[in-house]
Amino acid sequence: MRKISIDPVTRLEGHGKIEIFLNDAGEVENSYFQVPELRGFEKFAEGRLAEDMPQITQRICGVCPEAHHMASSKALDDLFHVDPPSPAKKLRELLYSAFYVTDHTTHFYILAGPDFVMGPDAPVAERNILGVIAKVGLELGGAVIKTRMQNHHIIHMLGGRAVHPVFGLPGGVSKGLNEEERKEVEQIARDSVEFAKLSLKVFDDIVLKNKMYVNMITSDAYTHRTYYMGLVDENNKVNFYDGKVRVVDPEGKEFAKYPPREYLKHVAEHVEPWTYVKIPYLKNVGWKGFVDGNESGVFRVAPLARLNAADGMATPLAQEAYEKMYSTLGGKPVHYTLAMHWARLIELLYAAERLMELSRDPEITSPNIRTIPTATPDEGVGIVEAPRGTLTHHYITDEKGVIKKANLIVATVNNAAAINMSVKKAAMALIKPGKEITEGLLNRIEMAWRPYDLCLGCASHTVPGQLAMPIYVYNSEGILIKSLD
Amino acid sequence: MAKLKVALYWAASCGGCEIAQLEIGEKILKLAEAADIVFWPVAIDVKYKDIEAVPDQSIDACLFNGGIRNSEQEHMANLLRKKSKIMIAYGACAYEGGIPGLANMFNRQTIFDRVYSETPSTDNNDKIVPQTNYQVPEGELTLPEFYDTVRTLRQTVDVDYIIPGCPPEEKTTWLALEALIEGKLPPKGSVITHNVKAVCDECPRKRDVKKVKKFYRTFEIISDPEICLLEQGLLCAGIATRGGCGAPCPQTNMPCTGCYGPVEGVIDQGANFLSAVASVIESNDPEEIQRIIDDIHDPVGTFYRYSLPDSLLRRARIK
Repeated sequence: MRKISIDPVTRLEGHGKIEIFLNDAGEVENSYFQVPELRGFEKFAEGRLAEDMPQITQRICGVCPEAHHMASSKALDDLFHVDPPSPAKKLRELLYSAFYVTDHTTHFYILAGPDFVMGPDAPVAERNILGVIAKVGLELGGAVIKTRMQNHHIIHMLGGRAVHPVFGLPGGVSKGLNEEERKEVEQIARDSVEFAKLSLKVFDDIVLKNKMYVNMITSDAYTHRTYYMGLVDENNKVNFYDGKVRVVDPEGKEFAKYPPREYLKHVAEHVEPWTYVKIPYLKNVGWKGFVDGNESGVFRVAPLARLNAADGMATPLAQEAYEKMYSTLGGKPVHYTLAMHWARLIELLYAAERLMELSRDPEITSPNIRTIPTATPDEGVGIVEAPRGTLTHHYITDEKGVIKKANLIVATVNNAAAINMSVKKAAMALIKPGKEITEGLLNRIEMAWRPYDLCLGCASHTVPGQLAMPIYVYNSEGILIKSLD
Repeated sequence: MAKLKVALYWAASCGGCEIAQLEIGEKILKLAEAADIVFWPVAIDVKYKDIEAVPDQSIDACLFNGGIRNSEQEHMANLLRKKSKIMIAYGACAYEGGIPGLANMFNRQTIFDRVYSETPSTDNNDKIVPQTNYQVPEGELTLPEFYDTVRTLRQTVDVDYIIPGCPPEEKTTWLALEALIEGKLPPKGSVITHNVKAVCDECPRKRDVKKVKKFYRTFEIISDPEICLLEQGLLCAGIATRGGCGAPCPQTNMPCTGCYGPVEGVIDQGANFLSAVASVIESNDPEEIQRIIDDIHDPVGTFYRYSLPDSLLRRARIK
């Protein structure tokens, strides 16, 4: 049996590794997506002060610390039974919207973009952000960099630091916004809306007008019929910061809708001996293995899942884009994994529009940003949508607010089963006996997991260089027979 | 002059150090002029085998972030030490163990029990835990061995320089990189920052205004924006923490948590912080002092937030 190792893949709360086994006939027998690292936050949270959790848990991920900071701050509101003043909630959402703009921009242009802009078979040396800039022009390249920097500036302005902000507290935030800063945010939001519109046009021109890509997106190799999960507001519109978790079945019908406190009734985690990551599934369907369909509890999260699980977008331009995507791809839900890139750009537009709304909110410069908790802390759950999916923090404390137990279901992890399945399906469809395993072919396998935006995905490819995805083909004795780096 | 060869690596860390390295922005072009990045798994397509193949001492400098939590990280620390002339501990985790180092309050067994069995969402009646070698029907899968104790880079290999912070601020990163590029590195063993004194020296808040009779938790009070946070009863670590960051946290109305490590000459940051805390207490009555100190409910997380593996305590004894 031959083994193809993809090690390391880009980061998922640590490093990632893909092993593909070929049988003697040269067909794909099976594949495994492994996470070879664990740090144990759920254990060493014990004994910590609850209010320190937004800062401690954001060290789970330095790429999306804002997501952990928000989920944790919301869990603390619940734990201390305190409702932050409306301006504080809006400031959290404002920072979070700016974060979404930077994060989705990075993923689309720097990580995923090269596959489409340059093409899946382009030479590795060109299939990166520099190749993208050379093709789409310096002007757009400059806009990518500017959008990221400006929105990072908003995070720094409110959160104090560009990485690992320090502003979330039970009952509110530590710092407000003055009028001068507000104007700056409004300007950045205006630029970001234009940038997001332009990005959707780029996607339209480069991807949707190319028949080869459309065929690839809608091909069976990149399709899985699963359940979908995402946070929705009171009108069932996509929301990143707050609301209820909604799950739809593979037909798009509502399967469940629950407030954060009830997450344990709906989600469970399966353990495999060959990976350090646990594998979440829908408890009320059950774990049936790495398979899709109505009978399998496998669900998906992140941009496309959020759009599938909701009835629409809460801002006008994003709603238009949402309608266009579903009418183009044949209605809801969309099961094409590669459509996640399109969904991500629709969310980019929503995040920018929401940032604009919040920057113009009359309350946003209010100094009323803290409510001091007075009730005895006991238990709290906070859920937000991280860019990579539904993120759950659950804490239990003693009466002093010292953590007794913590449980975390981290965003990307929700997709663990689906990533395994997507890699296997693409590998089986693409690797055929007698067919040469080219670099382009293996890149098409990578394209099956890249839409999930594995956590350190967004940190990679941001400097001159190539893909963080060396691929080596070994024969049955483990001897390297082909190197594709 | 020949271009420098630089390697960047991560171990038990969060990726924030990689983002911090990118924060140098347009200066990355200056770096690219002076140095070739020969290894950076997050961004550059180089495999472990390629690093094994290069001659010893052929990399000029390695910036290593993250603590040593498992066997793969230990292997990479040893390998990169052998291949590099200069080994730099980048960030709080490589320097002192960092926040993942708080796991030294526990061990592998208690961590595995919690993660793979006790957590309320986990469904694992068969008590499955990840294995370093596991036979699947198609062949063998391997995972690195998870150790009992998080160690720092210095506890694993010889380290030449330290760049502190969780993550290091952009200006600290550039200070070190510029010194490297210009061949003006300080004496071996130096912690590289703009300020060897404490964070307090960079904080605009007024000090020596008052003493305290009670320590508050961050959520309990809305602090005065002008006055020293420690003197308002918030456990701000600025007084026991090396400067160079510019005191961003106190300027966001939140206490310093100590991520730049101890001030020059101090071995145990936590002990130093504790004695500084004692000095602001307004009481001479031992019982009252005890009562005030008893309000500190998480001494390890408060005084050793980033430095438990590097401290004199190193880890908790597990019965």
